[in-house]
Amino acid sequence: MNWGPIILTFKLALVTTLMLFIIGIPLAYWLAFGRSRLKPVVETLVSMPLVLPPTVLGFYFLIAFSPNQAFGNWLDEWFGIRLVFSFSGLVLASMIYSLPFMVHPISSGLAGSQPSIREAAYLMGYSKRQTLFKVLLPNIRPALLTAIVLSFAHTIGEFGVVLMIGGNIPDKTKVASIAIYDEVEAMNYAGANTYSLILFLTTFTILLMVYLINGGYLKRFWK
Amino acid sequence: MIKMNIRKSLLAATGEIELHLDLEVMKGEFITLYGPSGAGKTSALRLLSGLMRPDSGLIEVNGRPWYSGKKNIFLAPQKRKIGFVFQDYALFPNLTIRKNLEFAQGRNKNPHTIQELIALTELENLQDRLPEDLSGGQKQRAALARALVQRPDILLLDEPLSALDSSMRVKLQDHLRTLHERFELTTILVSHDIGEIHKLSDKVVTLDHGTITGSGKPLDIFSHHKLSGKFQFTGKILDIQKQEVIYVVSILVNQEIVRVIAHENEVQEIQAGDQVLVAAKAFNPLIMKLPDTDKV
Repeated sequence: MNWGPIILTFKLALVTTLMLFIIGIPLAYWLAFGRSRLKPVVETLVSMPLVLPPTVLGFYFLIAFSPNQAFGNWLDEWFGIRLVFSFSGLVLASMIYSLPFMVHPISSGLAGSQPSIREAAYLMGYSKRQTLFKVLLPNIRPALLTAIVLSFAHTIGEFGVVLMIGGNIPDKTKVASIAIYDEVEAMNYAGANTYSLILFLTTFTILLMVYLINGGYLKRFWK
Repeated sequence: MIKMNIRKSLLAATGEIELHLDLEVMKGEFITLYGPSGAGKTSALRLLSGLMRPDSGLIEVNGRPWYSGKKNIFLAPQKRKIGFVFQDYALFPNLTIRKNLEFAQGRNKNPHTIQELIALTELENLQDRLPEDLSGGQKQRAALARALVQRPDILLLDEPLSALDSSMRVKLQDHLRTLHERFELTTILVSHDIGEIHKLSDKVVTLDHGTITGSGKPLDIFSHHKLSGKFQFTGKILDIQKQEVIYVVSILVNQEIVRVIAHENEVQEIQAGDQVLVAAKAFNPLIMKLPDTDKV
């Protein structure tokens, strides 16, 4: 059996989740506390991947970043970046695709935290940034865990976007979900089953861990 | 000394109100803001602490401008060095009580002050607990201690005792007065409890619909209509019962139920739930000295 697609899947999910976490926190903060008039528009855009077929996202991504198009050509010529049929392209597309799963739990966690603890920190002399990192985030750990795990799991499960912009290049863009499709096409059900079973079990375990931790079951068990 | 003369339009539950605060507080004074809810008491504290920005006016503390509408000065809340006790205490849920105090102190670590405050508020046995494991009164003491670890000059208290039962209140009022004197604070309290105000404050400022309606010593503000010597209280009728030829009316006055005998024609106009005035006329209450308990 070829482990390439499985490794690639987890690598993609890991990189995507990490980068999403970094950009997700400021975005979630802005959505939770910002007062800009643009907020509803940004909120809508962030939520779009929830309802849009992944193929739509993949299609526009393909159009925008193809070297045959002006923007894709400019990226390619000036920076040597080619985002279609490449791993970095997959990461960027996955980030957009999983964005709501990272941003929603964090922003609702922030918005739901006691307003007075934020204000108390300001009065102690802590800046907004310090308050975010030292007071707000440590108090919404369950929301952070949910956001990280859902983004990770959701990236593992993506298919349509990858199919559209990644193609099927072994060890570069051939993730497990594509490999399963491939094996079924080739009538190799045993191979498809192996990949499927691995994905099934790992995602089950990951999600179970979240519910155990956030539900406080583990704490009770250790007590 | 705090001088403020500011305006701010607020959206209260009753509609938009224009808050106008013209107030001077002397250094070391303990003043209380009193008034119905929605009068702007909490907003007054938030404006002074910088959590809310006034629309216009001037706030000056010890000669230094904290806010000036004309000169466009607004000192950030981070720089005002104010101790603030929130109505919901605002303790950081993820930190123990001691860690809460240490966090409030920031970089200028001074374990001595923390130790002293923990002792003054009797939190020694609770300092390693999380806020969620504390009772309301304990949280309140912790919030008070935390507000003071930075050694602020000004302490603001937003109805900190309202959620507590009366015996706990009395104890915490003593703590408050002790801390106010020990740390030479200028304290502004928001309170609804006349007994508490009388016990704690040097001066009371009454607010209604965003405007200051009076200020003075608690006794002068609250007792002017009771000095007439009449014995009268307002209350609410709980129950009316017929007993033989008379009626017994149970009335809630403050937190006490009094039973008053009434005639049939008096009862006809009232029913349970009505607000009534209970007054005694042609009747002189007796004041008798009680035996001195020490000598008995």
